[in-house]
Amino acid sequence: MIGVSPASWSSRLIHHPLAQLILARVRDFFREPEALFWVYGFPLLIALALGTAFRERPIEHLTIDTVGDVESGLFASLSANPQLELHKGIDANEGEQRLRTGKSCLLIIQNGSGPPVLRTDPNRPESALAMALVESALMRSVVPDDKQPLIQRQEVQGARYVDFLIPGLIGMNLMGGGLWGVGYVTVDMRARKLLKRLVATPMSRVHFLLSLCLSRLLFNSIEIALLVMFSWIVFGVSIQGSLFALLVVILVGGATFQAIGLLVASRANTYEAVNGLMNLVMLPMYILSGVFFSSERFPDAMQGIIGFLPLTALNKALRMIMNDGSGVLAILPSLGILIVWMVVSFVLATRLFRWR
Amino acid sequence: MELAISCRNLCKTYPGKPPVVAVKNLNLEVRSGSCFGLLGPNGAGKTTTLEILEGIITPDSGDVQVLGRSWLTDAKWLRSRIGIALQETKLSERQTVGETVTLFRSFYDRGMSPEEAIALVSLEGKTHARLSNLSGGQKQRVALACSLVGDPDLLFLDEPTTGLDPQSRRQVWDIARSLIDRGKTILLTTHYMDEAEQLCTQVAVVDHGATIATGSPRDLIRAHGGDHRIEAQFSGVAPQLDAFLALPGAVTARVEADQVWCGTESPHATLPALLKLLEVQGCTLIGLGTRAATLEDVFVNLTGRHLREESMR
Repeated sequence: MIGVSPASWSSRLIHHPLAQLILARVRDFFREPEALFWVYGFPLLIALALGTAFRERPIEHLTIDTVGDVESGLFASLSANPQLELHKGIDANEGEQRLRTGKSCLLIIQNGSGPPVLRTDPNRPESALAMALVESALMRSVVPDDKQPLIQRQEVQGARYVDFLIPGLIGMNLMGGGLWGVGYVTVDMRARKLLKRLVATPMSRVHFLLSLCLSRLLFNSIEIALLVMFSWIVFGVSIQGSLFALLVVILVGGATFQAIGLLVASRANTYEAVNGLMNLVMLPMYILSGVFFSSERFPDAMQGIIGFLPLTALNKALRMIMNDGSGVLAILPSLGILIVWMVVSFVLATRLFRWR
Repeated sequence: MELAISCRNLCKTYPGKPPVVAVKNLNLEVRSGSCFGLLGPNGAGKTTTLEILEGIITPDSGDVQVLGRSWLTDAKWLRSRIGIALQETKLSERQTVGETVTLFRSFYDRGMSPEEAIALVSLEGKTHARLSNLSGGQKQRVALACSLVGDPDLLFLDEPTTGLDPQSRRQVWDIARSLIDRGKTILLTTHYMDEAEQLCTQVAVVDHGATIATGSPRDLIRAHGGDHRIEAQFSGVAPQLDAFLALPGAVTARVEADQVWCGTESPHATLPALLKLLEVQGCTLIGLGTRAATLEDVFVNLTGRHLREESMR
């Protein structure tokens, strides 16, 4: 038949069993406020709390008071340092008092043409720092121009703790999403006898499994987009590598943990059983796979096993892309590990899976 | 006579220590267009039998024909032609009635519209209500609508009214009757005897995994103890069972200490003779009653146990 009207085409699409199954998952998910908080709110709170707690302090300004006419070369050299705030023409007594009360951290007194006097409080670290900066300026002023050291400041992007944390949180969420979203949901349906009821209809089992995975992919995508935007706005965390590579890793990582979730759920028919199994799978990886701190801190003897865990591979790939700017090629080994886990879990799950 | 279901020598044992024999040499024939009841206490093998017929579990041995086909060769076709309401399916509480029925409709190539199915179970006013806001009886009707939406030829209802209040039970019965009127075949399990008497044209009594009696409720009652029941309580030494069975019109009798139950075709003949017998024996009558016999009596006669006692266990 030629010329199917758009209405009937879209109606057929929405009444396709796969679309209906996905819709049912989406409604179930978005109509449960607590689950929404744990999936969408909680990761942002962790990012906010840990990102703030381990933030590097902004550069502190050091105030230096000068009494008398400080030699102009030294003065210019000190003014050029953005970290220093210089006050000149201060009265000697006032300068003493400001140093004593902590309003300044160093007092430079120039009496006539004699050597400058540096008054400092050795108990205050910022005074010691100011002292060192003034001393280095004095040293530099006596070194000839062609012997001046070249100072190179490295632009370190993706080196803060929050830059390290965000990819770890994405990995953790993909793991939790796969295990809860596919594993727990499946066992829940089995315990409620809904699974049995569904397979007694002509429903395709492939459609059923696809609906679980595709709906979870949707929830994960929203979650990751929120987390990435949040950390970009609040902490300025940016993605150094290609967005395409990131999408590939998220897809493969998500699918891997969905397959593991399916395996965990393949036989369990009580909530207790599936909770135990999920903890057994997730807890070691929370600790070992470098979510909150680098997995390289564990002993060398363990590195082989740790490196082969799916979450370690996923986190490594995510950090390479987000922090180090790697492309798809560089993360192929990690993708390989993930794909092995995905295929093995999926094949085992389909062998063991109980529909009743 | 066309058969919607026929099974021969059905056997199913669940592995375990010790293994549980759920169904043992069970035979069943269900005519098209009838409402057939599987009666029996919990653990008699009703649900196992039903799930074999529904294609959910495979029997260890035996022949099963559903709508003239076999699950081994025509599973997909059969799934599209049967409707099922399981004993305890918990549909998702966060979906509305309309969404739930529409989901089930999408699995079938043919069938009625979700609106039609919802109307059949009289839930039109609740189409947009979430299941969490429905009563137990209303949820059971949603489950029925899901089983109807594919317009099946054969419906399996596993204990459709267990746990429902009397009014909801009657609503479910009305729905079942309207389906029979539409030419559907229904196979239901129940341990409520009144339900079977109300709805079923044929029943099979199942005990320990096998059918022990089959027929219409009326025929079964007549064949297993007569239409009427006389119950008498007395003090003194009870007469022998044979003495009761020899009474005019008596079909069955059961004596327990100071009580007697007697099934009869003609209470007007049996009752005076029974009183006389007790008097001659020197027993004093304490209580006396007569009532119409029920399927419960059939079960007690066949097994020596009460259905309810069993189901309480």
